[in-house]
Amino acid sequence: MKKLINKPEDVVLEELKGIELAHPDLVKVHYDPDFIVRADAPVKGKVALVSGGGSGHEPMHGGFVGMGMLDAACPGAVFTSPTPDQMLEATKAVDGGAGVLHIVKNYTGDIMNFEMAADLAKAEGIDVEAVVVDDDVAVKDSLYTAGRRGVGLTVLMEKLVGAAAEEGRSLKEVADLARKINGQGRSMGMALTSCTVPHAGKPTFDLPEDEMEIGIGIHGEPGRTRMKIKPADEVTEMLLTPIVEDLPFESGDEVLLFVNSMGGTPLIELYIVYRKAVEMLEAKGIKVVRNLIGPYITSLEMAGASITMLKMDNDLIKLWDAPVKTAGMRWGV
Amino acid sequence: MAVTKKDVLEWVRAFAKVIAENKEYLTELDAQIGDADHGANMDRGFRAVLEKLPEGEDVDIGKIMKTVGMTLLSKVGGAGGPLYSTIFMQAGMSIDGKDSFDLADWAKALEAATAGVVRLGKASPGDKTMVDALTPAVKALKDATEQGLSLGEGLKKSAEAAEEGMIATIPLVARKGRASYLGERSAGHQDPGATSTFMLLDTAAKVWANCS
Repeated sequence: MKKLINKPEDVVLEELKGIELAHPDLVKVHYDPDFIVRADAPVKGKVALVSGGGSGHEPMHGGFVGMGMLDAACPGAVFTSPTPDQMLEATKAVDGGAGVLHIVKNYTGDIMNFEMAADLAKAEGIDVEAVVVDDDVAVKDSLYTAGRRGVGLTVLMEKLVGAAAEEGRSLKEVADLARKINGQGRSMGMALTSCTVPHAGKPTFDLPEDEMEIGIGIHGEPGRTRMKIKPADEVTEMLLTPIVEDLPFESGDEVLLFVNSMGGTPLIELYIVYRKAVEMLEAKGIKVVRNLIGPYITSLEMAGASITMLKMDNDLIKLWDAPVKTAGMRWGV
Repeated sequence: MAVTKKDVLEWVRAFAKVIAENKEYLTELDAQIGDADHGANMDRGFRAVLEKLPEGEDVDIGKIMKTVGMTLLSKVGGAGGPLYSTIFMQAGMSIDGKDSFDLADWAKALEAATAGVVRLGKASPGDKTMVDALTPAVKALKDATEQGLSLGEGLKKSAEAAEEGMIATIPLVARKGRASYLGERSAGHQDPGATSTFMLLDTAAKVWANCS
């Protein structure tokens, strides 16, 4: 293992200390239980957004705490869902009287821990709603699986719903918007390399130099299939086609196209993928009206990329363009 | 023949040691079909449990089990945290107020624990989860109670049944938890949750073998 860390067990705590030192204008960090809240929390009269998940996906979620996005983020151990006491205390810390929305990625552990936290918060008189993100088309959704994973769409949802909450929309409106976004966004990812969880000390899976994994999630887990590596254009087709067919996205649709790095893939390659994706979508009569390109939801140092598409409308475009001021995403301010 | 408060504390401490010793093995199993954190998470949880184990005259078995459950809930995270927490909370509620318990009590406690895990995880036998180790263990305990076996014999049978259930997860295609994302590729690997569950029941059988 070759990592810029001190001790594996101190990784998350030392990261939080760094965030606290780097962004005192944006966030406050609470320890034991660990959570990050925006510096001006609680914002009176505003619906508060709380998300969280395992660490190792940076900048998600801690980097998205701030004006126009999340009110709080709960970091778990690397790739491990946080615990109910973190979520409960974060919920109490950001509740400004208008209710709290939990944004939960669809993983067994995240769902269980957030459900417990929501029950505890409700028992303390806080109005809590939860939305589940499950946008990964690589997983077949059926009675026989844990359902689709929450991946790239989470980033877009946190930005869009954050803007809606900032506008003063009610808890019900904000929750309905989040469900609408989940209904019209889809993602798929691939890996060129595995990644090494610090306490595991070696890569989660072996991937030979000339092979890739298609249909991976964000936890270094192997994907649906393994195959010989292909040129970027063919890989882009392999990711984009199932996304387009799943919703389906159709001629005349306006979309936000998000090309994400899994951590190790540089921007130069993301732009190559973006270029091919736009060409393919134009040929289908689908118009890319907004985009996001970069490492926003990562899997440690894994090389690879994911593509997310979200069907847009005037309201969503306005919310996307609204000001946001966080460590990981900042514009309009 | 009964298991006392002292025996329960000894079981929890012994299991913490088993987990520490098998941390890398459990993480390795998880790396095959999950996200390579089961061993580390369980070890973090049970190290915290060792610090918080209540002792003293006024502490009963229910209180010990519930303390273990609450500690795991706040320290483990993932799916393992709530699920292992539920095992101890439900078993603790079942044995609440007692200073000792027998084989029939333990069969009831583990049945309540298993029902809690099934309710929370929405998993059924055959889904390639810890339920595959728990369910046969409960059946073995109930059979042993009906047959009038001794505590030691009953616990041994439940550990053997859990082990068979654990091994039987190898060919299964996962239908719950993170391994389910792999579809057919999850077959051929032993479930890490079923493995740690077997270790829990096996430790009970060994530590409580000579309870008098």
